[in-house]
Amino acid sequence: MAEVSTREAFIDPLFNNNPIALQVLGICSALAVTTKMSTALVMCLAVTSVTGLSNLSISLIRDKIPASIRIIVQLTIIASLVIVTDQVLRAFVYEIAKELSVFVGLIITNCIVMGRAEAFAMQNPPKLSFIDGIANGLGYSIVLMSVAFVRELFGSGSVFGFTILNPVNQGGWYVPNGLMLLAPAAFFLIGCFIWALRSWKPEQIEEEFHVGALLELGNEGHLR
Amino acid sequence: MEHYLSLATKAIFVENMALAFFLGMCSFIAVSKKVETAIGLGVAVVFVLGITVPLNQMLVTALLKPGALEWARLPNVDVSFLSYLLLIGTIAAAVQIVEMVLDRYSPELYNALGVFLPLIAVNCAILGASLFMQERDYSLAEATVFGAGSGIGWMLAVVVLAAVREKLRYSNVPGPLRGLGITFITVGLMSVGFMAFAGIQL
Amino acid sequence: MQHSTGYIVGFALTVCLVCALFVAGSAVGLKERQEANVLLDRQKKVLVVAGLMKEGEDLSREEIAALFESSIQPKVIDLQTGEVDPTIDPTAFDQQAEARNPETSIEAPENASKIRRLPKHALVYDVVQDGELKALILPVEGYGLWGTLYGYIALAPDARTILGITFYKHKETPGLGGEVDNPLWKAKWHGRLAFDERGNPVIGVKKGPAGPPDEDPYNVDGLSGATLTSRGVTRLVRFWLGENGFGPYLDRYREQAGVRSAAA
Repeated sequence: MAEVSTREAFIDPLFNNNPIALQVLGICSALAVTTKMSTALVMCLAVTSVTGLSNLSISLIRDKIPASIRIIVQLTIIASLVIVTDQVLRAFVYEIAKELSVFVGLIITNCIVMGRAEAFAMQNPPKLSFIDGIANGLGYSIVLMSVAFVRELFGSGSVFGFTILNPVNQGGWYVPNGLMLLAPAAFFLIGCFIWALRSWKPEQIEEEFHVGALLELGNEGHLR
Repeated sequence: MEHYLSLATKAIFVENMALAFFLGMCSFIAVSKKVETAIGLGVAVVFVLGITVPLNQMLVTALLKPGALEWARLPNVDVSFLSYLLLIGTIAAAVQIVEMVLDRYSPELYNALGVFLPLIAVNCAILGASLFMQERDYSLAEATVFGAGSGIGWMLAVVVLAAVREKLRYSNVPGPLRGLGITFITVGLMSVGFMAFAGIQL
Repeated sequence: MQHSTGYIVGFALTVCLVCALFVAGSAVGLKERQEANVLLDRQKKVLVVAGLMKEGEDLSREEIAALFESSIQPKVIDLQTGEVDPTIDPTAFDQQAEARNPETSIEAPENASKIRRLPKHALVYDVVQDGELKALILPVEGYGLWGTLYGYIALAPDARTILGITFYKHKETPGLGGEVDNPLWKAKWHGRLAFDERGNPVIGVKKGPAGPPDEDPYNVDGLSGATLTSRGVTRLVRFWLGENGFGPYLDRYREQAGVRSAAA
């Protein structure tokens, strides 16, 4: 990890090593807030700033942290940053903060933040760590915003609250797909997002042991 | 009694931590490859939730509620903004203590659960349950029932998912969907199934 | 790298101190703004149900505060007697907190809305414009399908005709029970009668469509696909308008209003 260029540190987490799609990190708090794009956007901003700042501050003191208490030190810094973020949200975007409710607090246990602090910020200089944190936050945001876009557009016929498909209950023609606003839709969409991403970048496909695939190969060989 | 029973049903089925609130997803996906490990982690989650939620309830009541610091002659000091630090601190400490106690007095249980305990300290489901407890202002008894119920619900979900994934190994999933992708879609289907519990009242 | 115990303890203390200063500073600095937000939020909801403000309308803080100040009069009443309690400051009163506190609440009588404790006091609002009473606003809550619905109901000065209803917090299924938020459905409540001739709360959400208000005054159109939410709304509205809810307050109001009209 020694020679990471700034560009790599930025681009890598967006597509090649997306924290949600590839590392299965940080989806916990993410999905419940994706029924509306506005809440998702605020959540993305909160997570991105927390990852960025926690990476920066941990990287700044990385040589001084005693190894034995490093996890708890990281946790304390992250928790403090999250509290500050929560206070700021409640002071400036109260309505959205109310909808996010406990999920802002859950950024503390968001695996991306801890994961990047431990894996990257402990070894790299502050500037690079900050960029890495921001980029990981953005990689997370891409997934979150695409899920939120689909859910809001098809679930309520709007984007950021502006009506695009005029729904029936407001005298329009579009019958909203209620499933989109329910929990299962988020799982389906993430599944499909991973499918799309891996079709585009086949090197990310997981090689699992698949009896079905083996059987098919065997049959083909037999026929030949 | 009836109230607690209905609270437990709600925590286990209707508002399932994993399937309705997406909590604890990281370990949920990572540990659901084999039923045995899933059971191990599930038991550990039930255990830790059953301890930390009531513990946090007591601490929140004693320290953070408006006017709670009266015993320290500080009736007007409001430190409720420290709640996240208090909750996560308690959880981390509780997990550590449980680990040490198990190691000392019950090596068998420690061998079974030991690997999972550190994982749990940063599991969103654990912190989430405490946050929900705080937001909904549960009493001590309610918090205990809610904590244990959420844990059981989470365990149920992870064990069922692991069973499905074991069977899934025999199916021919399209390449790019293999692994993570199909797991998410399976979880989605399970979540649809759990929605059938909506509106159940005891 | 090995560190001495002293260094570790010192390091931990320094980190704690820095974090504590940072967190406490932000919390104290932003507190005033947050409290203003909470108050503003409450005022907005009341203005919406009073029909003085449209939902989602973008008004500045000052406008909302001015509108609220000029036309809404909050008052805390004793639920059991229906009398106004002037000793409690309405701006600082939190009805839900009072309902949770065993000292300030009583066990609720058997009800279908899953209300377990009733507060001794309640916060209601009068809408007064140009010195004339326009509406009575009462808070309501009760169980639907997934959880408790919280809202307000607005009654005309005759204390019988419904002017509007709104739910500001609920967890109903989007697209089905979640349609309680639909402005078209909410508009259907306008002009219906909450009480029959003998004063019993009979308003309810029926299954299927209801007739126009003058023909079918006690029923509101059902929410399609949301039988349990509809039933929940019926139950909670009837509970709060009944003898265990705001019944005493409304009786007292009618008496006084009657005296007033007789004198005039």
